Amino acid sequence: MRYSALAQLNKPYDYPNEDGHFGPYGGRFVAETLMAPIEELTAAYETAMADKTFLDELDHELKHYVGRPSPLYFAARWSEMVGGAKIYLKREDLNHTGAHKINNTVGQALLARRMGKKRVIAETGAGQHGVATATVAARFGMECIVYMGEEDIQRQAINVFRMKLLGATVVPVTAGSKTLKDALNEALRDWVTNVDDTFYIIGTVAGPHPYPAMVRDFQAIIGREAKQQILEHEGRLPDAVMACVGGGSNALGLFYPFIEDEQVEIIGVEAAGHGLATGEHAAPLCAGKAGVLHGNRTYLMEDTGGQIIPTHSISAGLDYPGVGPELSWLKDTGRAQFVSATDDEALAAFHNLTQVEGIIPALESSHALAYAAKQAAKMDKDQILVVNLSGRGDKDIHTVAELEGITL
Amino acid sequence: MSRIKQRFAELTQQGRKALIPYLTAGDPEPAFTVPLMHAMVEAGADILELGVPFSDPMAEGPVIQHAMERALEHHVSLQDVINMVKTFRETDTDTPVLLMGYLNPIEVTGYEKFVTQAVEAGIDGVLLVDLPPEEATELKGFAKGKLDTVFLVSPTTTEKRTEKIARASSGFVYYVSLKGVTGAGHLDTEQVINKVEEIKRHTDLPVGVGFGIKDASTAQQISRVADAVIVGSALVKLVEANQSSQDDAILAVSELITSMRKGMDADSTSSAA
Repeated sequence: MRYSALAQLNKPYDYPNEDGHFGPYGGRFVAETLMAPIEELTAAYETAMADKTFLDELDHELKHYVGRPSPLYFAARWSEMVGGAKIYLKREDLNHTGAHKINNTVGQALLARRMGKKRVIAETGAGQHGVATATVAARFGMECIVYMGEEDIQRQAINVFRMKLLGATVVPVTAGSKTLKDALNEALRDWVTNVDDTFYIIGTVAGPHPYPAMVRDFQAIIGREAKQQILEHEGRLPDAVMACVGGGSNALGLFYPFIEDEQVEIIGVEAAGHGLATGEHAAPLCAGKAGVLHGNRTYLMEDTGGQIIPTHSISAGLDYPGVGPELSWLKDTGRAQFVSATDDEALAAFHNLTQVEGIIPALESSHALAYAAKQAAKMDKDQILVVNLSGRGDKDIHTVAELEGITL
Repeated sequence: MSRIKQRFAELTQQGRKALIPYLTAGDPEPAFTVPLMHAMVEAGADILELGVPFSDPMAEGPVIQHAMERALEHHVSLQDVINMVKTFRETDTDTPVLLMGYLNPIEVTGYEKFVTQAVEAGIDGVLLVDLPPEEATELKGFAKGKLDTVFLVSPTTTEKRTEKIARASSGFVYYVSLKGVTGAGHLDTEQVINKVEEIKRHTDLPVGVGFGIKDASTAQQISRVADAVIVGSALVKLVEANQSSQDDAILAVSELITSMRKGMDADSTSSAA
């Protein structure tokens, strides 16, 4: 099935097309005022990616500031506990600021500087992208405004304080469901108002073209390194690569360099919340329909009238009703499979990894770990799974403690 | 000839400019909408712009966001809005009605089905904030000759894009007078004059101007330079302030429209004289 699926895709894999479409997905569905700035951004981005000076600068920052390459770690004890395939973890949790998000914010901040923009804005859910944006804004001396849903501000108090320490202004968003999607709306409203001097650093592989492609390209360092590292460790490619999917930036970052490797299975894990059957989840690819939101056509959580519906996940970073358009395309063409893990399954994986490997994973990444454990158990001992450990779990210990009735 | 085209032709003959008030369908509750539409026409509206509530209205300021939230508390859907126009048409077959909103409710309905239903209900045009002409080819295909498609030009639009947008538009071209969301900022009349002239270099369609028009004086200023004056947040604010009484809401909205109408007509009469 994987072979015929790949046959539907262009070879070489060269999506998106010049209008930013991945098959029927992606595109530019924005207010007219934003069309000029996104065209300007597209041109600047394309020029930068063909400019050796820019790429050298980016490499330098990734190496000396972010701390790349991140290790590809063989989780021997956890693999043994699970009983099956060898599981390797791509340690994005070891990056500066503790997650993969900074790969992208470094890239976009360098681009903003090149374009002469002195003010950057961002949306954030769990606060990881907000922290990563505030960090690079401090690093490059830019003004930084972060929009964050009021409910997320309550859930992620530590990250809010981190952003403030870094000099960012955190603006609470009280509209709608007061979560990530509303923060994105508010950031778009800021951009439309302050379009001349402002660069909008989107944190995931969604939004109007060129964001889905640009964020993917900045995150693809994850998959490029993982590929080289697994070849060093094992002398062959893995049987499957796996990552959690909220908006999809850590997933696509790992998947993208493997798309043309037909023998590598690609699996994205969405947040099933209380279970797909309850409707309280954040799994648009598993249980949603196509629609248009936040500048792109993609799978969404929506009602029959096209209104966006509230999502639920234990992890704020996965609590988003949409997903990157390229993942929608990889789903429809069959090149990637999308599955889900519930809050409880993610929590169990969180504890297991912590106890047998001494690594506290983010609750987001714990969804990928939960499914990886299930999958690995069905595989042979000589098979190989690579899982993206997209972030560290320190930010989540309050959530976990509270769920378990522990007062810190 | 479409009702919108017809209306602009009549106004040109009379030497007057079009006044286009906006209201969010279903705000503060569904029963308000059709009576408000009739009252707006009575007070001097030439074309009505009816907002379809959407959960994520990314180009709206707080006033229209809250109006959409109030309507969504009553689960007002695209289907409900189409039915409201059907009811409105039972007693008003002349006044053009333009739907304004976001693409997703139409996307899930299906473009062909939406156009059929809209035309059947007596809707004359559609303006979708998050649908630039580049992405509108399919919808335009179904709408052609049946439903006007109004596209937006903004202060950041390049002349090359203005040309493309003008070509894609029918009914009129909507010029967003400022960088920002609805209900924001102050008008820069000089800038509006330049941009309207630029649009007119590329089309014979009328040009409407919206964003930042809030009273008789701003309506008058804009009517001097554009073919239509579009008023949104200022009216929605009045509905919000009078949400406990339909009669009070009608009174307040009618008063503002009447004063704008007077401002615009006084000007056009004196300049004609």
